[in-house]
Amino acid sequence: MSEAVLEVRDLRVSFAHPLGLVRAVDGVSFSLAPGERLGLAGESGCGKSTMALAILRMIRPPGRIDGGSVRLDGVELSVLNEEAMRRLRLAGIALVPQGSMNSLNPVMRIGAQIEDALADHGVSLSRTALAERIADLLETVGLRAGVAASYPHQLSGGMKQRACIAIAICLRPRVIIADEPTSALDVVVQRQVMETLARVQRDLGAAVILVGHDMGLMAQFVDRLGIMYAGRLVEVAPVGQMVTVPRHPYTRALISSLPSLEHRGGLQGIPGLAPLLRDLPSGCAFHPRCSLAGERCRIETPALRPMGGNAVAACHLAEPVA
Amino acid sequence: MRGVFSYIGRNRSLLVGTLLLTALALFVGIGTLFVDTENARSLSVPVLQAPSWDYPFGTDRTGRDLLAVMIVGTPLTLRIGFIAGILGVGIGAVLAFTAAFYRGMTDTLIRSIADIGLTVPSLLVLILIAVSIRGSLTVNEMALIVASLAWLNPTRTIRSQVLTLRERGYVELAAMSGMGGPEIIFRELMPNLMPYMAATLVSSVSSAILASIGLEVLGLGPMDAPTLGMTLYWVNFYAAMINGWWWWWVPPIVIIVIVFLGLFFVTIGLDEIANPRLRKSA
Amino acid sequence: MQAVYVIKRFGVFLLIVWVAATLNFFLPKLSGQDPVRTKLLQEAAIGGNVQVGMEQMVKEYDKRFGLDRPLLAQYGSYLYDVGHFDLNYSISSYPRTVKELIAEALPWTVGLLATTTLLSFAIGTLLGALLAWPRAPAWMRYLMPPLWALHAIPFFLFGLILVYVFAFKLQLLPMFGGYSPGASPGLTWDFISDVAAHSILPALSIILVSIGGWALAMRGMMVTTMGEDYVVFAEAKGLRAGTVFMRYCVRNAILPQTTALVLALGQILSGAVLVEVIFGFPGIGALLFHAIQENDQFLIQGIVFTVIAALGLATFLLDIAYPLLDPRISYRRT
Ligand SMILES: Nc1ncnc2c1ncn2[C@@H]1O[C@H](COP(=O)(O)OP(=O)(O)OP(=O)(O)O)[C@@H](O)[C@H]1O
Ligand SMILES: [Mg+2]
Repeated sequence: MSEAVLEVRDLRVSFAHPLGLVRAVDGVSFSLAPGERLGLAGESGCGKSTMALAILRMIRPPGRIDGGSVRLDGVELSVLNEEAMRRLRLAGIALVPQGSMNSLNPVMRIGAQIEDALADHGVSLSRTALAERIADLLETVGLRAGVAASYPHQLSGGMKQRACIAIAICLRPRVIIADEPTSALDVVVQRQVMETLARVQRDLGAAVILVGHDMGLMAQFVDRLGIMYAGRLVEVAPVGQMVTVPRHPYTRALISSLPSLEHRGGLQGIPGLAPLLRDLPSGCAFHPRCSLAGERCRIETPALRPMGGNAVAACHLAEPVA
Repeated sequence: MRGVFSYIGRNRSLLVGTLLLTALALFVGIGTLFVDTENARSLSVPVLQAPSWDYPFGTDRTGRDLLAVMIVGTPLTLRIGFIAGILGVGIGAVLAFTAAFYRGMTDTLIRSIADIGLTVPSLLVLILIAVSIRGSLTVNEMALIVASLAWLNPTRTIRSQVLTLRERGYVELAAMSGMGGPEIIFRELMPNLMPYMAATLVSSVSSAILASIGLEVLGLGPMDAPTLGMTLYWVNFYAAMINGWWWWWVPPIVIIVIVFLGLFFVTIGLDEIANPRLRKSA
Repeated sequence: MQAVYVIKRFGVFLLIVWVAATLNFFLPKLSGQDPVRTKLLQEAAIGGNVQVGMEQMVKEYDKRFGLDRPLLAQYGSYLYDVGHFDLNYSISSYPRTVKELIAEALPWTVGLLATTTLLSFAIGTLLGALLAWPRAPAWMRYLMPPLWALHAIPFFLFGLILVYVFAFKLQLLPMFGGYSPGASPGLTWDFISDVAAHSILPALSIILVSIGGWALAMRGMMVTTMGEDYVVFAEAKGLRAGTVFMRYCVRNAILPQTTALVLALGQILSGAVLVEVIFGFPGIGALLFHAIQENDQFLIQGIVFTVIAALGLATFLLDIAYPLLDPRISYRRT
């Protein structure tokens, strides 16, 4: 496992809430090989964004990171001081946060928003070299160099998203985390943006964590898929394997609720309500909605177990397939 | 009722504000029982007495017992504020609802009038009105003068709040279920607007009192009424501060400060109810 | 785009000037009498050396605003005068004109207001921004309650307290006026420091009271802004805390704060009028007080008109400067 570029172990995040502690991320572990593309899917509110922020230690009160370890190229991040952590953001791990329609500062030109990222990471260039670098970056993501002089409101949604990707790759990070990068775009633009992301990621050799709802879209771009439920990873498997033989009943429900891989499918169609994170059912959090649940599921929380191939799943009832 | 008290206990601004105003009410209420309020008229008592057992707040140069003046004057000043504030918010609410519901030209007109009206310094316009109808003003006339501009701010703030609620879809939902305009206002919007309207009312009362005191200090108030603002006018007129008659100006200042602080804290407390998001960061 | 915006704003400015003139013309007529004429006749009846001038004014007044003339014609005459900035003579200081008196007083008020408004806005906004910032020093939190409490009381009331403490009791600063009696106005160091000493208390009573309000509003805006996606992204970009604070949070939160400043100018001016009265500061407020005491109708009307027009102008200038702060503005509906 030493060749993993990013290794997350038992990451836990909770939010203080007047009615009880919200365990938004509850013991998540996974690792990412260099250049690998991992997809993360799950119902709204299951903790995907929170986990992404926690990897960069960007959880704000009332939330806190309760524990766990994140290693980038073998370096433990939880012990870094705040300044070292800051330098590592963008340079080591770049995060394009959710809501990218509003991720750009409305009163600054695009060029300036790339410039300040470079400046605060100690990149000092002459004016012309700087302009050239910015133009290069913009062209890499399929934008005209002139976009540097535009304000965000002058760009379309897809262009804004590309600008965000340009910022994300400006320091050639090892890992890019893209949180629902295309959820506000129409289907055609979605695909173009995803292709751009895939291309720059390949050229950079960076690993990618792609967060999203749309399993259909993701399945076409990632190597492995992770499924989150109520703050936990319940299954991680290579895409082909996950689609053909899903092990966890929740994954099965997700996949069967997709109309077809070509269409945007919501996550509707799973019976029952998403659980309240501050008041989780005992045992396997999915058991109240699971048609197979037995006595053991109500009592004992299942851990991730190898399921054959490269798959892992957290279900008492799943059997490893050789 | 228990719920109300325990809520006020947690909402500290509301608690402090309510306590300050209650203290003032007690002062006036108890004072009326034990002090001869006739002594708030000129020439009732010896002039310029420092505080003593007989005259705990002292007396002024025109021969008024300042304790009596405060007991009579405080409610008068509050009355001006409340009449003007209630009229202002009432008119403002009607205009705001009209604007938010009919939209289009009506809205543009009402919004422009309010916006331009707010650019104009209200005190100057009030001065112009007061100077024009100079003569012996009564306290109620004073309240009406102040009310003539008191609707501008409520119109603006309530309108934008109604529009926010509108965007949240309350109105569309209600309209779909077949409710008419006025019904929507009362059944759907009012309950959501209540805390907000209350906060607007309290801050309007506060602005109205400020405006009335301003006019009075300039000598445009009800000359023979012992309101707090008129007391300050006489303080200034007779240069009480330079003459060292501290007991003349300390009580009105303290009471005015209590009034404004009380209303301010109540407004903040009500805002907290209207915008729960502010609660945590307080 | 820009031109349309500027023209629109200028239209609003003209509208405000027109409103000011119209109020000036019609409000005095509300009482059903003609208070101006009454006052002029009173003055003329007192006699003395101004009698001829007064009688002349009455004649002139009757010719243009006499009750025999149709209201609309009177209104036209008034608008014509005001349009030429002809504000007539001062009744109480005849033969001086209203325009002269205002021109003398205006610099004092503009100086006082510009300094105090800018200072309190800058300090209050910065304090408010820091208060919302988790890394701000803790002592700041203790600074705020007193400032908020101050914010709730009127300028002039706090001014009274300052006068008592610093001028009357401690005798540190002058109590009254804009400069010492007998000082010879001019651009000399002595005179300037004398004016400065006289301005400290009036200025402080405006600044200290205003800071809390700006801080309170800015803190609210900052809390909202800090939740915005672009601030999360700025942090994810690994920007220095200072960069995130200034260029992302403050830079955006200041936009509604500036709009609030424009809207508050009228209120601030109303408050400053009373401060000038309390301190005998020789600006527009004190002149207005004098005019009210003397029932000098022309002077009152002239001041009301000038001040509203000046504020309209200030609003116009701030409005056209605003797109420099917010690049979106000329594209949005204005
Ligand atoms: N600032 C916060 N305060 C309190 N609770 C929070 C906060 N942020 C997130 N949470 C809680 O953490 C849980 C996970 O939220 P998160 O945003 O990570 O979900 P998500 O999987 O990204 O959802 P979506 O698909 O809608 O983006 C939510 O259920 C929410 O209740
Ligand atoms: Mg999310």
